[in-house]
Amino acid sequence: MRIFLTLTRRELGAFFVSFTGYVIIAAVTLLIGWSFVVLMTNLGSDPSPMPVTQLFYRTYFFWLIVLLATPIITMRLFALEKFSGTFETLMTAPVTDWQVVAAKFTAAVIFYTIMWLPMLPCLFVVRHFTDQPGTLDSGTISGMYLGVFLVGCLFLALGCFASALSRSQMAAAMISFVLGVSLFSLGFLAQALTAAAQWKTQLLSYFGLFDQMNDFAQGVVDTHTVIFYVSVTLFFLFLTLRVVESRRWR
Amino acid sequence: MNENAMIEVKSLTKRYAGRTAVAGISFTVARGEIVGLLGPNGAGKSTTMRILACYLPATSGTVRVAGFDVFHQSNEVRRRIGYMPENNPLYSEMRVREYLKFRARLKGLGWRRSRERVSTVMEQCGLTDVSRRIIGQLSKGYRQRVGMADALVHDPELIILDEPTIGLDPHQIRAVRQLIKSLARAHTVLISTHILPEAEMTCNRMLIMYDGKILAADTPENLQRLVAGNSQIIVELAAPAAALRECWSQVPEIETFDVSASEGEFQRCALTPRDGLDLRPMIFALALQNGWVLRELTRNRHSLEDIYVQVTQPSEEEEEES
Repeated sequence: MRIFLTLTRRELGAFFVSFTGYVIIAAVTLLIGWSFVVLMTNLGSDPSPMPVTQLFYRTYFFWLIVLLATPIITMRLFALEKFSGTFETLMTAPVTDWQVVAAKFTAAVIFYTIMWLPMLPCLFVVRHFTDQPGTLDSGTISGMYLGVFLVGCLFLALGCFASALSRSQMAAAMISFVLGVSLFSLGFLAQALTAAAQWKTQLLSYFGLFDQMNDFAQGVVDTHTVIFYVSVTLFFLFLTLRVVESRRWR
Repeated sequence: MNENAMIEVKSLTKRYAGRTAVAGISFTVARGEIVGLLGPNGAGKSTTMRILACYLPATSGTVRVAGFDVFHQSNEVRRRIGYMPENNPLYSEMRVREYLKFRARLKGLGWRRSRERVSTVMEQCGLTDVSRRIIGQLSKGYRQRVGMADALVHDPELIILDEPTIGLDPHQIRAVRQLIKSLARAHTVLISTHILPEAEMTCNRMLIMYDGKILAADTPENLQRLVAGNSQIIVELAAPAAALRECWSQVPEIETFDVSASEGEFQRCALTPRDGLDLRPMIFALALQNGWVLRELTRNRHSLEDIYVQVTQPSEEEEEES
């Protein structure tokens, strides 16, 4: 446990001493702010009964942030260490493979959570200027954050896997971006395939990240979805672990 | 199993796809020894070290460090090893003290103990002045010392250094050597190098590797004696050639000799002594006895360089075969 915490601290530290960490946060803050402005302008001309959190997901900015930021957060994790050779010093210390994978993933998740913080003040601004308390209650906000968190975990686990595969950060980012976009588009396939067999659409609808996120944004937490996210995350972390272990049997 | 052995390698083989890097080597290193792993680039030194440090698995053969198997008891082994890989990779964004503290914690040292040890090794490696500097901005010599400090920080029984002096200036090389020597009493050290004087100066024992095999393993002195059989003594004397031939043939210690005319009345003799004996005092006495003028008396002592070249180059017969 001590080793896990030590590793997590270093990984997290690496985000904040490097320029990349601040660039990601700045870019995401910009996108959040921008989407907020767009949202407010639309809302001013065209009032809507939907909760603000849900409206936010409708702007597509959210998915842009998730799909773009997660590969950049995770690309460094393994690829850079392999490239610079520090992976050798790391793995010859008395650490286990899962400690390394878990610590890197945890650090990425913490960074991701911090990255989303600028959204909170935006929501409170809305709350301040509307007189209807129903637009924004703590339930919808926590539902939304749970959704943001779970989607993030999924994409970050995917990014970890991509980073473990490659020695180049660029390649790692590209692999995880392509995988992420494919996963994201699977959900839309279900809508396009309405004519196909029942079980196919059923299966594909599990991957309907967009619709599921919509539910979260309304404050609806479906155990189905939660289990799906958690298991896919664990699946990719397991794959990452196997890739890290692979140097022992290659 | 030998109680006193720090490293026990038995018929270790490592194959990469289509290439054998290490071909069935065996050796042991006793506690407290400084052993040099010597060989040209690509001889399999780094691979051997990586296997010892539990980074790569062996294809076949057993490797034990301090009695623990490197594959099955890898964590026990890693706790006892301080390993500095080739090119000394470090997290360049961290500060020196911060990095060493991180490494100490990673190697399982408690909070107080890691603080203590970090201060000790920083002093030992001369890093106290740069403790707040960012590693990426340090000179190569300092970075090398950070790598060494990292290898030492948990006070390991065995220290493995892969090319510790590569890319350093002569002054820094000397400092690193001094440091390695100072470790000898309390630790076992295995260093790899392709620079001979380095091994000659720091090691008790040398293993010469070439093409994945160990060609020779002995102390530097013994290795010298091994090839000293072909050493020659060159003498230039002012004496009649016939008298010289007569004289040399009567000395039983001389195996073969060759006398050729040099300038003036001087004769140049090349003598090959038996068993690499040093015949110079005797020759001087002979010259004195006969009243010959002596103007040169040298022994072509084979340096380690010759040994190295001799064992790492395929012999003529082998070349003919291939």
